[in-house]
Amino acid sequence: MNPFSSGTRLRDMIRAIRACKTAAEERAVVRKECAAIRAAINENDQDYRHRNLAKLMFIHMLGYPTHFGQMECLKLIASTGFPEKRIGYLGLMLLLDERQEVLMLVTNSLKQDLNHSNQYIVGLALCALGNISSAEMARDLAPDVERLLQFRDPNIRKKAALCSIRIIKKVPDLAENFMNPASSLLKEKHHGVLITGVQLCTDLCKVSSEALEYFRENCIEGLVKTLRDIANSPYSPEYDIAGITDPFLHIRLLKLLRILGQGDADASDCMTDILAQVASRTESNKNAGNAILYECVETIMSIEDNGGLRVLAINILGRFLSNRDNNIRYVGLNMLMKAIMVDAKAVQRHRATILECVKDSDASIQKRALELVYLLVNESNVKPLTKELIEYLEVSDQEFKGDITAKICSLVEKFSPAKIWYIDQMLKVLSEAGNFVKDEVWHALIIVISNASDLHGYTVRALYRVFQASTEQESLVRVAVWCVGEYGDMLVNNVGMLDIEEPITVTESDAVDAMEVAIKCQRLGLTTKAMALIALFKLSSRFPSCSERINDIIVQNKRSLVLELQQRSIEFSCILQKHQNIRSALVERMPILDEKTFSGRKAGSLPTAVSTSSIIPCNLPNGIGKPAAAPIGDLLDLSSDDAPPAPVSSGGDFLQDLLGVDLSPASAPSGTSQSPKTGTDVLLDLLSIGTSPSVQSSSSAIDILSSSHDNKAPVSNLNGLASHSSLSANATSPASSAGMMDLLDGTGAITQKHEENGPAYPSLVAYESSTLRMTFNFSRQPGNPQTTFIQATFTNLSPNVYNDFLFQAAVPKFLQLHLVPASSNTLPASGNGSITQCLKVTNTQHGKKSLVMRIRIAYKTNDKDVLEEGQINNFPRDL
Amino acid sequence: MGIRFILMVNKQGQTRLAQYYEWLTLEERRALEGEIVRKCLARNEQQCSFVEHRNYKIVYRRYASLFFLVGVDNDENELAILEFIHLLVETMDRHFGNVCELDIMFHLEKAHFMLEEMVMSGCIVETSKANILTPVQLLEKTS
Repeated sequence: MNPFSSGTRLRDMIRAIRACKTAAEERAVVRKECAAIRAAINENDQDYRHRNLAKLMFIHMLGYPTHFGQMECLKLIASTGFPEKRIGYLGLMLLLDERQEVLMLVTNSLKQDLNHSNQYIVGLALCALGNISSAEMARDLAPDVERLLQFRDPNIRKKAALCSIRIIKKVPDLAENFMNPASSLLKEKHHGVLITGVQLCTDLCKVSSEALEYFRENCIEGLVKTLRDIANSPYSPEYDIAGITDPFLHIRLLKLLRILGQGDADASDCMTDILAQVASRTESNKNAGNAILYECVETIMSIEDNGGLRVLAINILGRFLSNRDNNIRYVGLNMLMKAIMVDAKAVQRHRATILECVKDSDASIQKRALELVYLLVNESNVKPLTKELIEYLEVSDQEFKGDITAKICSLVEKFSPAKIWYIDQMLKVLSEAGNFVKDEVWHALIIVISNASDLHGYTVRALYRVFQASTEQESLVRVAVWCVGEYGDMLVNNVGMLDIEEPITVTESDAVDAMEVAIKCQRLGLTTKAMALIALFKLSSRFPSCSERINDIIVQNKRSLVLELQQRSIEFSCILQKHQNIRSALVERMPILDEKTFSGRKAGSLPTAVSTSSIIPCNLPNGIGKPAAAPIGDLLDLSSDDAPPAPVSSGGDFLQDLLGVDLSPASAPSGTSQSPKTGTDVLLDLLSIGTSPSVQSSSSAIDILSSSHDNKAPVSNLNGLASHSSLSANATSPASSAGMMDLLDGTGAITQKHEENGPAYPSLVAYESSTLRMTFNFSRQPGNPQTTFIQATFTNLSPNVYNDFLFQAAVPKFLQLHLVPASSNTLPASGNGSITQCLKVTNTQHGKKSLVMRIRIAYKTNDKDVLEEGQINNFPRDL
Repeated sequence: MGIRFILMVNKQGQTRLAQYYEWLTLEERRALEGEIVRKCLARNEQQCSFVEHRNYKIVYRRYASLFFLVGVDNDENELAILEFIHLLVETMDRHFGNVCELDIMFHLEKAHFMLEEMVMSGCIVETSKANILTPVQLLEKTS
């Protein structure tokens, strides 16, 4: 007989498949078999249908596609014989799933079968429904299932209960219908029904909170009684496992009690007795008993506080931890993690055991123990624990190293009592497992180092020693390179020696050697080499005797094939050769980095703060003509000697400053990133600028004015830089002055801007005094209701000519203001002429708030400076 | 959800029975089975029976040449699942009489029937061997 005809029995096909030696053979066999089955399906062959389906299921299990068999399942289900139905339902559950549309066709068959007279068929249908019903099917068939919950046969009842679980998961609205039948299930005697009833109640509580309340009020006593009966029941052969009657039921009941007792003190009180009984009387020499104890402890931990019970629970946990069986230890560790929330002191007592578990050979236990140690650490025990963990780090396997390293780093960061200890530990970790360390970690280390100014010497010497020992761990090399570059002079001159250090002599050329190694080493990545280049550059300023040699090294890298290195070396050598005078200012010591802002930024995970790959040398003093954002202006602001060394708070891009060129506190108030002060303060600040260089506060005010002026402002700033430092008025915040420039640019280009749009609003005398009148003419473009163009006209009411006429305006936060340079800055007397200036106001709260503006006008008349201020409140409402 | 899947795999890594209670595509299933089986087969006798994989746990036990793997949610009681595996093996043993891997292979549908009586939609339904085996034995008598 042809072994591949559809007449083959299942076992023959299995034999044939097992006989295949290679995967290709197996595929061939399966393919032939599938073809035969497909042929049989097409012929609508009745006799072998269920045999074919059995074969299909086997093939499906092996992993081959079998969707052509799905209709066969349906036909089998629809047939009348029990074996066919059985196989049909089995096939249904294995080959289909709830997402297939074919499933909808089954709904009718299911409905009929649910009402069948043969209870086994009803059971089948319930089973199928419970395993793969979709939401629509669940909704359609829910009433039938509800009815079956009260069927006379307990087997049907239990299956109906589980089916209901699936229904309420799919369609949570129907949960209320099942509440009553579920609570009556809890009073059953049959264990199967009881288990499923308990399960149903558990899921009902999870799905709907009113069900939770309902059960809490009505069912707790019943549950407690059931649990007591089971715990005390005599030997029952049917359900006995290892001397305990039906441990599964025990566990389910405990789970339900846990859910009901959580957060509710009264409910918890009812349970305490039975929990105590179970916890103390269950035998723990068999796995079943331990399982019950485990669940019991979990329940005790979750319900409301009860001192005696908790002690009992922790004792059980202690026993688990010292058990030789790995499974039990694992479970014990798991429980301890929950217990630590509740009672940390008790868990601390087991610290030694837990540390032992970290070193266990079993990977699961190691992981659990490590997490637990992490939770256990506090200020008092951080030192010994970290010491142990680091020792273990040296001997752990590769896969585990990453986990441990991350945990150690966060521990050290959170709990370090002293900076020097922190630095020591981090150095140890980096030298062991630097390659597993994430970038944020070594960034944070650098910040701490820079903050610990008295430890600079110590740190750089320690790093140098470690660097000499090995260059394997890249993060370590990076930190070392940065420190040597930054504090190289301390290294060479042995500045700040601490008592605990051994003396070490490092000459300047040694330091340069080290940097050269870093650049030349093949293994190290791009970031490291780039950092080494900058470090060399810094050293060239700090060690003038070596600058020739440094220059040579840098020049060598000019031909590097990597763009980043090439660019850097070209720029550096350019500075070294042609711009010697600015070199020292460029590489002055970095200002102390602010930890708080850094961690705030890290928490907000701004990409700029931690991107080490983007060390674009836009910070380098290369492009004079670069149209820049604010930071550039800051960095190039070399004449800021009078500015106080303010800590670089949020200035610019943190890491770019860090890894780029180091500058004196130029980036202090880089206005655009500071948050403006509120309301009237801002306006006041603005109006207090005048011409004095009290620019610190103005930076925040500038945010109010729209700073997106034409780029000519910053560029002109840069252009002016090279020639002279007359921008002292804009000392520390050229960025902010960029905004100011437009305002102060009364001497700017004379552009007559005539807004030709007809005024849609009446002109407004915005300000009038005895000497000056200012009128506003409004116009608006259609389709843009938020923006208003205002043409301000100034008329001189006095008999004197006004010179150096300057108009300034400030608006609250919800408005944006653009000022165009005025037509002229000389106002002829007695209204013989006028100055016009155009403003553009955008109202982000258009419709809700109207415009309001504070103005200040300054001019010179009769050799006197005059200042007029005012506020305009009478704008038309709907601007 | 409780139980996510139940697998029976032999020492060479071939799946003998697979019952999933959550939907996974064929490729996902094969990948999953491969990964898990590799992890479990690599462990020795002394190590504990619980493996953490992605966001759920695998509880496994080896009986002769067959590995029984059960994937469960993280909040499930692992020791209870170990008991369940043992109960499953005992039930099959009672039905087939000294069950071995070949029995399961050649009577796959019966093994499935038994499993279905015990677990439905990821929850344990019936733990009494008598109750589980009654329908299965009835079926045998009629066919």
